[in-house]
Amino acid sequence: MTSDLIRLSAAELASRLEAQDVSSVDIVEAHLQRIEDVDGTIRAFLHVDAEGALATAREIDGRRAAGERLPTLAGVPIAVKDVLATKGLPTTAGSRILEGWIAPYDATVTTRLKAAGLPILGKTNMDEFAMGSSTEHSGYGPTHNPWDIERIPGGSGGGSAAAVAAFEAPLAIGTDTGGSIRQPAAMTGSVGVKPTYGGVSRHGLIALASSLDQAGPVTRSVLDAALLHEVIGGHDPHDSTSIDRPLPDLVGAARRADVKGLRIGVIRELGGEGFDPDVVERFEESLDLLRGAGAEVIEVSCPSFVHALAAYYLILPSEASSNLARFDAMRYGLRVTPEDDPSAEQVMAATRDAGFGAEVKRRIILGTYALSSGYYDAYYGSAQKVRTLIADDFAAAFAMVDVLASPTSPTTAFRFGDKLDDPLSMYAQDVATIPANLAGVPGMSLPSGVAANGLPTGIQFLAPAMADDRLYNVGAALEAMLLEQWGAPILSKAPALEVV
Amino acid sequence: MSEPAITRAEVSHLARLARINLDDDELDHLAAELPIILDHVRVVESAAGDDVLAMSHPLPISNVFRADETRPGLTTDEALAGAPASEQDRFLVPKILEAE
Repeated sequence: MTSDLIRLSAAELASRLEAQDVSSVDIVEAHLQRIEDVDGTIRAFLHVDAEGALATAREIDGRRAAGERLPTLAGVPIAVKDVLATKGLPTTAGSRILEGWIAPYDATVTTRLKAAGLPILGKTNMDEFAMGSSTEHSGYGPTHNPWDIERIPGGSGGGSAAAVAAFEAPLAIGTDTGGSIRQPAAMTGSVGVKPTYGGVSRHGLIALASSLDQAGPVTRSVLDAALLHEVIGGHDPHDSTSIDRPLPDLVGAARRADVKGLRIGVIRELGGEGFDPDVVERFEESLDLLRGAGAEVIEVSCPSFVHALAAYYLILPSEASSNLARFDAMRYGLRVTPEDDPSAEQVMAATRDAGFGAEVKRRIILGTYALSSGYYDAYYGSAQKVRTLIADDFAAAFAMVDVLASPTSPTTAFRFGDKLDDPLSMYAQDVATIPANLAGVPGMSLPSGVAANGLPTGIQFLAPAMADDRLYNVGAALEAMLLEQWGAPILSKAPALEVV
Repeated sequence: MSEPAITRAEVSHLARLARINLDDDELDHLAAELPIILDHVRVVESAAGDDVLAMSHPLPISNVFRADETRPGLTTDEALAGAPASEQDRFLVPKILEAE
């Protein structure tokens, strides 16, 4: 019974709840048991809230039994990346500087999950302040990839992706600043969506780079992602960058799954040098399936994308160095007090040294440099111009095609430590995902197959701003064709986890 | 061999500006690493011509105002609950001014 429940999709769980075949308490208990069984190995969670999740489940079961009409996902549990504020629960953003901090309010995403009746199982691990592509930069140790526990699950949202891929949660929330939802999805054989910038509220999302950050769904199916996206998306007066327009019909698009006549642009600049042959091969096979279903696949050029990584590694550290100035040891979080009656400034410097990890320090220093007078125009100013060029490339491409496609990440999951001493090679993990963040357009990663090394690969689709529905349409169409080819969901190809 | 984009002394100065006490090992490490990263990212300097406008944000942003009316916020206790130190309903902080 338990093992059945954890393998169902959120959509299936929702219909069984609606039919009162199963209770939310049963579903939550099955997932808590799974967490107990495997999370000692996977370490997807930084904090599990069994009591809170069960309390919500009991409440939802009671309301349903009383005949109340509930939102679609009411009673389906979810895991939340630890970068989103959850009232009364620890919220650390993977950093020691926030160890033990209890959020005094809910992020809007959290508020909407609660209003829709989703029990929150706990908070998931991540690279510190979402800086990284492997979770190795978490202040609390890495998360392990369910496909091979010697390997990284991607990052920064490796905890959310691993939780979903290891059947510890049917749904999770991630955040994506340069690929932190999509790259972990590719590494773990799950589905991840970065919505249009402004499509999901950033209120209560601990900021990394405010002009790039966006929260979104992490799931095992495209339909589940659409269902979750509709819960968390839409205008929020608490976020001044929130788009004041209704979301497109995402669930309808996922159910339509029809690519006949759809024009798909393959980005010439993403997929050549530096991309594993297996990743490219699975990508080409996916395109063949889409062609077979009536899509028109053409090559497009986005020449400025070759500069996206460089621009990103100036813009992100600049915004991050400014955002992370709030961790000053005065109002919340860690305070380290040196000896001999130190000044506030000395306390700040000692605290930030003790509380921040190496990657965070690296980026703060880099950002402080890029923003300093004398260098500002050459670095930050030039990077912002590249951003314009990338947005122009997207506009030109979307004049010719409905969606764009590329491999999500150049590689499959690498081993722990492989890229830790080589930041540039770690940064290159996000070469295909970063352009979407710089331009604010939505992107989705879904599994495209398994490489010869037995690890999953991902395909990415990109759409114009506010046309997130196109991702769900093309993603669901490809997913259905791949499922037919494989005969079983991709995660059934992952080795079984040892239950401890 | 061109000049390194950034020297150890500069890293130390930046660390002070960023209020992070870096120890000698950290300074050595960053002084070796940052020039490599900066060499890589400086391609942006020649990527765009003078006629290209800088883009700071993916959306056209305008100020958003809410109605000027009282709304419930955090209570004093809630606001102070995560404070490293507090006294008399206030955040307690180390001295800000150095004694002469």
